[in-house]
Amino acid sequence: MRKTTALRAAAAATAALLTATACSSHRGQDAQDTAADGACKGQQTTGITDETIKLGGIYPLSGPASAYGTISKGVAAYFKHVNDKGGIDGRKVEFTVRDDGYQPPKAVEEARRLVEREKVFAVFQTLGTPSTAAVWDYLDKQKVPQPFVATGASIWGTDDKHPWTIGWQPNYVSEARVYAKYLKDEKPKAKVAVLFQNDDFGKDLLGGFKEAVAGSGIKVVAEESYEVTDPSVSAQMTSLARSKADVLLNITTPKFGSQALAADAKNTKWNPLHIVNNVSSSATVLQPVGFKNVQGVVSATYFKDPADPQWADDAEMKAYKDALRKYAPDSDPANQFNAYGWAAASSLHEVLDGMKCPTREGLRDAVRDLKDVKVNMLLPGVTLSTGPDDAFPIETMQLMRFKGERWQLFGEPVDTRKEFGPLAK
Amino acid sequence: MSAVTEFLQQVTEGLGSGAVYASLALALVLIHRFTGIVNFAQGELAMISTYVAWQLVASGMSFWLALPVTLAVSFAGGMLIERIVIRPVQGAPELTVVIVTVGLFVFVNAMAGLIWSFTVKDFPQQFPDGGIDLAGVRVDWSTLGIIGVVAVVMGLLYLLFQHISAGLVMRAVACNPASARLAGIRVSRVLMLGWGLAATVGAVSGVLVAPVLFLEPNMMGGVLIYAFAAATLGGFDSPVGAVVGGLFVGVAETLTGAYVDVVGADLKVGVPLVIILAVLLARPQGLFGRAAVERA
Repeated sequence: MRKTTALRAAAAATAALLTATACSSHRGQDAQDTAADGACKGQQTTGITDETIKLGGIYPLSGPASAYGTISKGVAAYFKHVNDKGGIDGRKVEFTVRDDGYQPPKAVEEARRLVEREKVFAVFQTLGTPSTAAVWDYLDKQKVPQPFVATGASIWGTDDKHPWTIGWQPNYVSEARVYAKYLKDEKPKAKVAVLFQNDDFGKDLLGGFKEAVAGSGIKVVAEESYEVTDPSVSAQMTSLARSKADVLLNITTPKFGSQALAADAKNTKWNPLHIVNNVSSSATVLQPVGFKNVQGVVSATYFKDPADPQWADDAEMKAYKDALRKYAPDSDPANQFNAYGWAAASSLHEVLDGMKCPTREGLRDAVRDLKDVKVNMLLPGVTLSTGPDDAFPIETMQLMRFKGERWQLFGEPVDTRKEFGPLAK
Repeated sequence: MSAVTEFLQQVTEGLGSGAVYASLALALVLIHRFTGIVNFAQGELAMISTYVAWQLVASGMSFWLALPVTLAVSFAGGMLIERIVIRPVQGAPELTVVIVTVGLFVFVNAMAGLIWSFTVKDFPQQFPDGGIDLAGVRVDWSTLGIIGVVAVVMGLLYLLFQHISAGLVMRAVACNPASARLAGIRVSRVLMLGWGLAATVGAVSGVLVAPVLFLEPNMMGGVLIYAFAAATLGGFDSPVGAVVGGLFVGVAETLTGAYVDVVGADLKVGVPLVIILAVLLARPQGLFGRAAVERA
């Protein structure tokens, strides 16, 4: 009995506390919001002053997708590096990272906290399609910019109801187009078997691929899907092998990527050209399979791989590695997720530099008005371009082939917008 | 490849995944026989045991030394969990204990993620690469190896249950703890032993399947569902049933996925659910299980 009373008391106390914090966060909301003068009259200047600019980011620092959490370290290191050099146009960046554990409801809670409590200027990056989709309605209603979300879903660019949200990395359809272009050039009669994750990500990429090869001699002869709850994809791989296809398109997330690569290596009777999607192309996926088993596998990328010795003397790569050692000593500079964060943050730097008004509206407009903006961490030939009809900053990728112990770039960067035209809405 | 060979290849594939399910189902059966509960955390305990083995091997220990150390650690760990987590709710309704194991599931999973992160680890394969060709059907050595080890564990459990007096004692405990205590059996010790042994069998399962599934904290999550189907089908108190059930579930799942177009790979995951439902309706004690008899 005493136990239950104590429990009840604790529950009541917690509830009271929650109500109190909820009230206080609502009360302060509009009072402190400010508006700009002059040409930028009436626009929101929340979170930005002449000295500082407050940004927030939501990443899975815990939970099943926590491997991606390290992206926030690359971002934070970039901003600290810039702050030490005087900031962005004289403004020091204050970057707040929140953890959503890859759970959409938690992402909403964290977005509210960033907007209503921390009063950030913009939510720079939410990670993953589910979390991003969970918060974009809220941020749109609050008129808070959500630039450069860390997911490749094509909806961030094809949707026209959320002007405050925009993607950054090449979307899955663009990536599919790169593989389609490669096959059209190299194997115009290819028979393709596809393994794909049965969700928006897998369907986005597969749909883009089918559309891109439509009307050509390339045929998708077998498709197998898996659920993220499946223990293994070995049965699917056996079925695909039956198709005798000469190309395998592997659209998977890391664990299943490893399983599919291993199954392909084990089956000596079926030796298709193995294309693995960018999501599963990191060393953490290939290494468990054994580098000797993934020779000749093809994928595509768009930013410089810190593990690739060809960038060892690259000025940006040196700055990146120094900054990471200095500001994030517990992280691994060779991990490409850190470089991804760095590249995204320096892209935002370019956008902030290009703002006509130092306001949220200014950021919203600047991010959709990029003309071939160069970002040093991106591959040569890959630039940021957006416009009134183009909400996809990066649509160029370069192919790479695994050789020895690392990826080797080959061919020219493929500008998918030029090759295939804009994405259908 | 002819249609028959193709069919046999799919069956082989099914037996391979079935053996994986069976290995975990054995641990489920074991703990059920000892304690009368269904342990939702069994898969996660197997997973964390596998991480222990991986850590030992990664720090330079040879696999064949790491294996017995892992089994010993798992045995001790299982007993410790019984003592710390399960003992306080001993005597509570079965549902309470089951809910505690669900909590344990979530906790162990998060712990593994915290310690070893969610990136995929490669676990050393002890069976040779490649396989044999039986009339056009390729059978991997690893598949044969897993089936072999599962058969041995099954045999050991059968002996334990049927031919050793300890088996009788633990059946008494699972059946009626109060009477068992009155008959002079130290019930809590038997329960601890049950948890320890089940964790050990689980560790064998984890180490067996890790090279195929790749080690990460969610490795056993999917397997657990199929293992439940296997144990339900075979009977929750029969090791032979668990293995037959596991192989059946594996083959059924693979064949329906490959040949029944309506099911395909999308609905494949529904197969264990259908099996569980059908068995519970038609023969609740499972194919090899004994129906519980209660005094009126």
